[in-house]
Amino acid sequence: MADETPMKAVQVKLVLLGEAAVGKSSLVLRFVQNDFNENTSPTIGAAFLTQRCRLENRIVKFEIWDTAGQERFHSLAPMYYRNAAAAVVVYDITKSASLEKAKAWVKELQRQANPNIIIALVGNKLDLVSDTPSEPPTDGSEVERDEEDEETTPKPAESTEDGDSRQVSIAEAETYAKECGLLFFEASAKVGTNVNEVFTEIAKAIPLDTISPKPAAAAQGARKPATQAEGGVNLGEQQAKKGGCC
Amino acid sequence: MDEEYDVIVLGTGLTECILSGLLSVDGQKVLHMDRNDYYGGDSASLNLTQLYQKFRSTPPPENLNLGRDRDYAVDLIPKFILSSGELTRMLVHTDVTRYLEFKVIAGSYVYRDGRISKVPSTEMEAVKSSLMGLFEKRRARNFFSYLQSWKEEDPATHQGLDVNKCSMKEVYTKFGLEPGTQDFIGHAMALYLDDDYINKPARPTIDRIILYTRSMARYGKSPYIYPLYGLGELPQAFARLSAIYGGTYMLDKTIESINVDENGVFTGVTSGGETVRAKKVIGDPSYFGAGKDMAEGGKVRVVETGKVIRAICILKHPIPGTDDADSVQIILPQGQLGRRNDIYIAAVSSAHNVAAPNVWIAIVSTIVETSVPEREILPAIQLLGTVVDKFVSVTPLYAPTSPGTEDDVYITKSYDATSHFETVVDDVSDVWRRVKGEELVLKKRDVELAA
Repeated sequence: MADETPMKAVQVKLVLLGEAAVGKSSLVLRFVQNDFNENTSPTIGAAFLTQRCRLENRIVKFEIWDTAGQERFHSLAPMYYRNAAAAVVVYDITKSASLEKAKAWVKELQRQANPNIIIALVGNKLDLVSDTPSEPPTDGSEVERDEEDEETTPKPAESTEDGDSRQVSIAEAETYAKECGLLFFEASAKVGTNVNEVFTEIAKAIPLDTISPKPAAAAQGARKPATQAEGGVNLGEQQAKKGGCC
Repeated sequence: MDEEYDVIVLGTGLTECILSGLLSVDGQKVLHMDRNDYYGGDSASLNLTQLYQKFRSTPPPENLNLGRDRDYAVDLIPKFILSSGELTRMLVHTDVTRYLEFKVIAGSYVYRDGRISKVPSTEMEAVKSSLMGLFEKRRARNFFSYLQSWKEEDPATHQGLDVNKCSMKEVYTKFGLEPGTQDFIGHAMALYLDDDYINKPARPTIDRIILYTRSMARYGKSPYIYPLYGLGELPQAFARLSAIYGGTYMLDKTIESINVDENGVFTGVTSGGETVRAKKVIGDPSYFGAGKDMAEGGKVRVVETGKVIRAICILKHPIPGTDDADSVQIILPQGQLGRRNDIYIAAVSSAHNVAAPNVWIAIVSTIVETSVPEREILPAIQLLGTVVDKFVSVTPLYAPTSPGTEDDVYITKSYDATSHFETVVDDVSDVWRRVKGEELVLKKRDVELAA
């Protein structure tokens, strides 16, 4: 465990959104399992999963909320969006309709969530299209960064060579993501391509001040830290099992 | 929708959501529906737009400068959580505390002789309190130390009183407590709404006083805690618990009919022209003919048990005399007002993320006793100072006419006039017993590995 540094982990609530069966949960599972310990396998009854993401200047502890199926009939509660500092909106690159659904979720986030929320658009199931780069990008998460140099980046081949399965081209999704100011990735939860990168880039993108554990940040963006400040209470056992139950 | 469910739950109020969560954890296949497009039913918290829409059918007036709509979460039912009470236990045992944050309610006050005084929360405060004279304080202290040392299994601590048999009146008499002190104990601590308890066996009253003092001791200041962003967070949290255990959620669904077979036994629910079958239905009274002339399916399933008046008041200042507290409860005991039932004021503010900065939401409530209920609550309204805007409602309370075991239709009760959630948990336990035929036993939730 990386406890020897004086760096404090900042806790960040991250919510998952996207159509059913696009791989929301498996993406998280890949992310959470790749790093050792804490929560282990897909669970019924998991309130949320947690995972630490270590950057050079901070540790971000993601508290990842799954929809628990409540998105199916548009019955997600406001609580779900409350104080989320990040969202991962997932679509399936082999189903064009799922991108449309993802766009609707982005709109919903803009309406319901904290205005400063960091949103990442993730096209999952990259392993299903035939000629993905055989090696996942090994070092440096810069490869798929969609900031300055996205013109030169498109590594995975365009749709023409993908055979039948790809229905959403990189260009289409990337253009949309850029318009809306979203981070953008294509990933494979199955193989592991780009999964860590999604979360690392989100961690980098989250402004430090919204999550600093200061009472001033009480209103928006900060969750746990605000409580302890004034009159906050902790209802017992809860604290004891942080950071490694079972 | 051609699946069949074990239970359909109608209405996403707190009672129904707790049941839904517990039943899902229990392995039942639950479909949970609500006619509104928001969670919470009668126990929802609304933003300003929803609040004005509900009471006035207009948008919030701009000239009141109430601030951002999204800063508001105005409770429709004013209640606080006793920090050592049953709801707290339920929150902890089901682990839904992970979704919620709580804050202590900053103060608890009681009205006496035209003004309000702090309910003493410590020995020190009690000694300084103006509520009792010197000798009375000594008698009261004897009473409290009796309670503290009282142990069921040790008759030596009973001081000759069998609290399961003798009345509370006899207990008061034994300690020589004055009527004013009795008022204070019965209403500000045991939280009884009226005086009926005095002639009943003392045990429940003593249990309630112990619950109060234990709650008070837990965080100081007051016996109550309150969830940030309003009470509406509670049903949402239990709904998520249910969903995580496979519960299906559908909001914004008009329920056209509750279907029964030739023997009157529940078969399913029709909504949006589609019929869903299930073994049982649980729901709040509004889904079973409450407030309608025509009983649902020709059968009278709920009866009115009383009426509550609630006045939601928007203030731009803390309640006078409360030390600028960000949140308070004020009890106006019935004896002080020549009434049968106490009046409560529950106030919260931006400190609990339920209102814009510098706005307080105070809700005055009581059981209706006359034909002009708004006049009944005047003494409480007068304590508030300038009220920027006010929404008054008189709501009938309903209870089911039958336990539901015969027809598999299980109906919950309306939210009563008490200041806390203990009766809500009682109702949950009661419905559970009716539905499952066994007592509700709260187990610490295990995280089970999926197959």
